[in-house]
Amino acid sequence: MKPAPFDYRAPGSLDEALGLLGDESVVLAGGQSLVPLLNLRLARPELVVDINGLAELDYIRADDGPLRIGAMTRQVTLERSELVRERCPLLSAAVRLVGHPQIRARGTVGGSVAHADPAAELPVVLTALGARFHLRSPAGERALDASELFLGPLATAREPDELLVEIEVPEQPEGTGHGFAEHARTHGDFATAGAAAVVGPGGAGIALLGAGPVPARAEAAERALAGGAAPAEAAALAAESIEDDHRRALCTELARRAIGEALA
Amino acid sequence: MRISVEINGRAYDGEVEPRTLLSDFIRHEAGLTGTKVGCEQGVCGACTVQLDGEPVRSCLMLAIQASGRSLTTVEGLAPDGELHPLQRAFREEHALQCGFCTPGFLMSIEAFLRTNPDAGDEELRDALAGNLCRCTGYLGIIEATRRAAREMGGSNG
Repeated sequence: MKPAPFDYRAPGSLDEALGLLGDESVVLAGGQSLVPLLNLRLARPELVVDINGLAELDYIRADDGPLRIGAMTRQVTLERSELVRERCPLLSAAVRLVGHPQIRARGTVGGSVAHADPAAELPVVLTALGARFHLRSPAGERALDASELFLGPLATAREPDELLVEIEVPEQPEGTGHGFAEHARTHGDFATAGAAAVVGPGGAGIALLGAGPVPARAEAAERALAGGAAPAEAAALAAESIEDDHRRALCTELARRAIGEALA
Repeated sequence: MRISVEINGRAYDGEVEPRTLLSDFIRHEAGLTGTKVGCEQGVCGACTVQLDGEPVRSCLMLAIQASGRSLTTVEGLAPDGELHPLQRAFREEHALQCGFCTPGFLMSIEAFLRTNPDAGDEELRDALAGNLCRCTGYLGIIEATRRAAREMGGSNG
């Protein structure tokens, strides 16, 4: 199918973009989720605000400690970044599982976060990493953590006049280990379940994919792990609230693998 | 809206609605029907073209977004009628039957081999995962890719 008619604007600056956002608009970043919705007419916006011209949101830097990723950074750029591989190998590993090369060539880090698909890899990994999400509106800027940003499937706390501008990944202390494991029926498909684990001297971050409506930290498992629990024990805690037997078994095993990898 | 895009080294100018998909512009306005349109939701890979050398789904871009950029479609692989080594390998290895998926495969694989001339089997299978073929069962496509990689100078295969 083809999209229904819409007005289209491609602002050349962030300020111009912010002036266009509102109740009737949608933001077009990489388009790998939005354009299918337009094609299927599941989305029929009045106005499409294309932010692909905002070069100022395409960066990866770590000058002041945390890894700062501009929202318009393409997934392929994240995948190829030496800085990311060095600072946050978990992101480098997980982004390779997002869609296919043709998707990652266009898809953006910010788009994946703002779309908030509960089966997407990047939101889960960023949740485990304790990322902060910076939103900008004409009124100013605010930063949310994952528990504040993700409200439900495809739903975030972003207001219609706000734009996600940056993802901030806190610096990982020396000696931090990472792991990510997922199960997908075919490579590149949306995963049915997955787990991300970050285990370091300062504590642990564990988040599951496919376990609920939003990526959420498995806090009981994190505490258990910090207290010296074995990976299998922490993994069982992480998945214990999942009702469906198959999904719980899958998440438990994937969490065990991710935690094991992080500790290896 | 005014669009000006380079496809296979040639300039195409025209007027498009904002909602015109790049895949439709390529086929209907530029008349390059080598690019196929399958699912129009980013799953099948039949519409894959290269945008400034990177493989992309042309059904998941608006035509207007390609303005000022450079595209390569399957027609650009054999500009003088001489088949590209990858196309030759597809023919030799029986990597196509109906051929509908072939242009998408070619554009994905050509980009992959350019950046990964020495890729191993697993990487190669990964690189093919974004294109669906419902006839061949993929083995011929994998063989053809290995053969093309050898002929193009990589050590793959």
